[in-house]
Amino acid sequence: MVEAAWIVVALIGAGTLLERASFLVFGGRLQLPDVVQQGLRYVPAAVLSALVLPGLVQPGSDGLPDAARLAAGVVAALVAWRTHGALLTLVAGMATLWLLRWLGL
Amino acid sequence: MTGRREAYVAGMQAVAPMLPGVVPFGMTAGVAGLDAGLGGELAFAMSVLIFAGASQIATAQLLGADAAPALVVLTALLINLRMVMYSASLAGHFAPLPLRWRVPMAYLLTDQAYALSIQRILRRHPGPQEHWFYLGAGLTLWITWLCATGAGIAAGSAVPPAWELGFIVPLIFLSLLVPAIASRPALVAAVTAGLLSVLGRGRPAGLGLTLAALAGIAAGVVTERMTRRG
Repeated sequence: MVEAAWIVVALIGAGTLLERASFLVFGGRLQLPDVVQQGLRYVPAAVLSALVLPGLVQPGSDGLPDAARLAAGVVAALVAWRTHGALLTLVAGMATLWLLRWLGL
Repeated sequence: MTGRREAYVAGMQAVAPMLPGVVPFGMTAGVAGLDAGLGGELAFAMSVLIFAGASQIATAQLLGADAAPALVVLTALLINLRMVMYSASLAGHFAPLPLRWRVPMAYLLTDQAYALSIQRILRRHPGPQEHWFYLGAGLTLWITWLCATGAGIAAGSAVPPAWELGFIVPLIFLSLLVPAIASRPALVAAVTAGLLSVLGRGRPAGLGLTLAALAGIAAGVVTERMTRRG
């Protein structure tokens, strides 16, 4: 199982290097169709959102979204929007989560 | 000759404020590998071979959940698909450089290195030493990332679960997501992908995220085309 995991990681490494090298190394020889180029613009927003939202509305023991995580996520989103700072976003989100936990939420 | 060194140092200085955010992310990536039962060596090897936090953590989670190997590879490469866009964006500026420069530059391509480099290139007239600036930022990030992952593997299991440090992961993605929503089609893409990802959570691990992202991308393209036609 662990050997299979090494192979998976090596394949991802090679594939990621190809993604990074695509235009930078192979240059003009790669021509993507318009619709693909257009789609590439929305990759960050779509992928990151798909990664973030399930983490923020993670259900607690009662099956409903965990209110403290949701609230911490909203605070962090506001901070990210106002400051565009990764560190401030982290601090605001974790501080809110810990405060709400300390209050018993 | 001094121009090279100045550009390299400027790259290091530009990336410095980002490092306090990179360190906990790297530590989290190390811990995620341990939590998934991959062992310290493979958890660290991910930082060298993949060198991309979001996909490293997703890979660890999926491997830990015994997802199909093909699905793990596909998901990780989809998460890193934005690198193609960065590569395309930088290619025009760095095309005259020899291959011995462009290959390592590709390996060092990250969200941060791209953002810093393209900002500088667009703000100033592209100078002859931009690749040294890129190298300064990129190498600093790489070294920091390896050290942070190693520290996470060494110390990570000592952190009590009650601290909920795992919550740092969605928060870091959130801090990257917010600036990525720069237009209405991007907002539509984010909302679509986010909602579908919540609905599709669960088994088979990773497939929900992958399909949600693809649907979000499609929604963004459709919105852009509808907006353009008026």
